[in-house]
Amino acid sequence: MTAKTPSKLEKVLAAGHYAVTSECGPPRGSDPSGIVEKAELIKNHVDAINITDNQTSVCRTCSLAVCIRLKTMGLEPVLQMVTRDRNRIALMSDILGAAHWDIHNILCLSGDHQSFGDCAKGQNVHDLDSMQLLQTVRMMCDEGKFLGGDEIKRPPQMFAGAAANPFADPFEIRVARLAKKIKAGAQFIQTQCIYNLDKFEEWMQGVRDRGLHEETAIMAGLTPMKSAGMARYMKNRVPGMDVPDEVVKRLADTPKDKQAEEGIKMCIESIERLKECEGIRGFHIMAIEWEEKVPGIVEAAGLYPRPEV
Amino acid sequence: MIVGEQKPLEEIWNSIKDHKKVLVFGCNTCVAVCQQGGNKEAEILASMLRMKATQEGVEIEIKDSGIERQCEHEFFEKTEEEVDWAEAVLSTACGIGVQFMAEKYPKPVYPGLNTTFLGAVEELGVYTERCQACGNCGVGNFGGICPIARCAKRILNGPCGGSTMGKCEISKDVDCAWQLIVDRLKLLDKLDTYEALKPIKDWSTDRAGGPRKLVREDVKDDS
Repeated sequence: MTAKTPSKLEKVLAAGHYAVTSECGPPRGSDPSGIVEKAELIKNHVDAINITDNQTSVCRTCSLAVCIRLKTMGLEPVLQMVTRDRNRIALMSDILGAAHWDIHNILCLSGDHQSFGDCAKGQNVHDLDSMQLLQTVRMMCDEGKFLGGDEIKRPPQMFAGAAANPFADPFEIRVARLAKKIKAGAQFIQTQCIYNLDKFEEWMQGVRDRGLHEETAIMAGLTPMKSAGMARYMKNRVPGMDVPDEVVKRLADTPKDKQAEEGIKMCIESIERLKECEGIRGFHIMAIEWEEKVPGIVEAAGLYPRPEV
Repeated sequence: MIVGEQKPLEEIWNSIKDHKKVLVFGCNTCVAVCQQGGNKEAEILASMLRMKATQEGVEIEIKDSGIERQCEHEFFEKTEEEVDWAEAVLSTACGIGVQFMAEKYPKPVYPGLNTTFLGAVEELGVYTERCQACGNCGVGNFGGICPIARCAKRILNGPCGGSTMGKCEISKDVDCAWQLIVDRLKLLDKLDTYEALKPIKDWSTDRAGGPRKLVREDVKDDS
């Protein structure tokens, strides 16, 4: 398999390595120092860094600006883009803006509902949905055209990805939904945080039965737990999250001052187990406001050093 | 039908209190089905406002009346006199009726209801949204369930990752439209159609295309 775009992430995957990505949330202000620091902490241990797009609908510095910041630092950003806040004009315009800065990775999402954030009284747009955004990206890249049909001068070159949540309902269409995202143009997938490994493996079995793991690069999503409280919160409060009781129990049974360490250990164990799962091509480690732990996880999971491509 | 909900009395009072003669004017078709804004409700609202006026010590004459539909010219004929009497009208129709009245009479017309949505009577006292009048109906592609009206993100290729136990991520009280669609497709033995990508929607027939107008030349009265 050869890479079709200049994306480093695509090249790592094409060379047959496990890819490693992480994510950083932009600041709730205009000071770039925090995000620069986060990126510096993880840059040697990941192939690319996702920059979230107003995650949980809380208003922050835009993903594109931070991606450009990373680019100027010589790093590889993955531009996350949700369909909640922008219509097709703004989405295509921002895709071109990213291409202007030679940003070569994009993750197409619908985004959390605005009622979760700090602008609950605002409108949502959803002119396109996440699959239609994928189609739009691919049309702009592959055909060099806008949705309106006009030609794009110097089309974007982007490795286009999507999210997959094997744990949301209805479970029976979750494999079909992945197939649909592939049909829409998803070249890579970053999954929802995996805590229920049995259920994830069941989903992967369905994915392999249809050969879908060969049509897109599936990266397993992982978020280390900081505490039993966080595990309970994720279990009960975060939509579409599947945290089994034994995960909560294992953390709760650990003394408070050792829970973070235990959470990291569990994350590393999950990576080790998922390496045995055929069709997993990489790991997306989302250490929420805990970026400093990413290097240790990557090293302990045997994913360091990162390959040169 | 068009579902409406009466505004808080305080808000209504504040809109009319500076007038001397106010007509509370009911609309007895759509909104009346959910027992809001019909001619009977207009009568009740008028008496509540009279009580409020007494409490506040404000001198204001309040009458009530109503017609079948405030969105058609012909129904207004028999109430011309009452409307002429009033200095201001409190219309308890949906937003369409309120505006139609305002266009007909050169006097203030205030809304007594919030027009909430286009919905169905799920059971007595429970009304739920079904349609957003996007102008290009595609429910046939979704097992008879509209994701535009019933999915909080109007996702045409759903469900999103927030669907849990049949419920939407925004609330445990809201059904996930895509769970309903998948269940329906299964029932109809059409789950295989789920994988067809739904194309990018043309929203120009929706609100996005500007105020809409329908002209039926065949039934138009040109006389």
